[in-house]
Amino acid sequence: MQVPILKQGPYLIASVQAALRDADLISLRDSLTEKVGTYRSRGVIVDVTALDVLDSFACRTLSDIAAIIRLRGAHTVIVGIQPEVAFSMVQLGLKLEGVATALDLEEGLEYMNRRTKRMGHGQYGK
Amino acid sequence: MASTENEVRVLIKSDEDILSARQEGRELGVRLGFGPPELAVIATAISELARNLLLYAKNGSIICWAIEREPKKGIVIQATDEGPGIPDVEAVLKDGYSTSGGLGLGLPGVRRMMDEFAIVSHKGRGTTVTTIKWKS
Repeated sequence: MQVPILKQGPYLIASVQAALRDADLISLRDSLTEKVGTYRSRGVIVDVTALDVLDSFACRTLSDIAAIIRLRGAHTVIVGIQPEVAFSMVQLGLKLEGVATALDLEEGLEYMNRRTKRMGHGQYGK
Repeated sequence: MASTENEVRVLIKSDEDILSARQEGRELGVRLGFGPPELAVIATAISELARNLLLYAKNGSIICWAIEREPKKGIVIQATDEGPGIPDVEAVLKDGYSTSGGLGLGLPGVRRMMDEFAIVSHKGRGTTVTTIKWKS
């Protein structure tokens, strides 16, 4: 299942709609890497509200996305990790350290606005 | 190989099968009365075990069934393969160990999140990992 990526002003929003195969995660990583250049995006928001599992492969891919996007000169924030998903991630030993997270899409946009403002870029969504 | 009401059997040959095993295992967990945090743990453990099967043995099976040990009720999650076997079981249970470029969290992580954990491996004949989550 492909993840739709929406362009919202200076940001890209990837809304995961259903459980993803490993191949879908890899394809999400690759399209974000490419689209951040195509649209000259300042930030990437990955919404995982719909996911009931974030296993080691998913976490590693999300970390990779954040690292790649940073190297491309933009910010990444993961939003919508559900309480029980967070609980099992921590039990498994996955803490997504070094990756920005926010409660939901609204908080994620707020985070992006703060980050890009600090960098001297324009704001969006206000 | 087919699942029944009280047993889940999924052959793992591709990443698509990992999703099926996770989904069917979670549904069995729901039928057994597990709550959301435990269901997430069950689904995550299945995911990790199923991925290990693909990575190290190319294929294998995830089997889940209900267990009762008075007064406790729970779910057994078993991953079994006929792969190369694990030469040093102690080593793979240490955090940070990995031979596949993964995070090395698979088995130690699963052991941490489940209540009981056992691993039997024979060189050249395969590995069986058996874990139990009790209902709280």
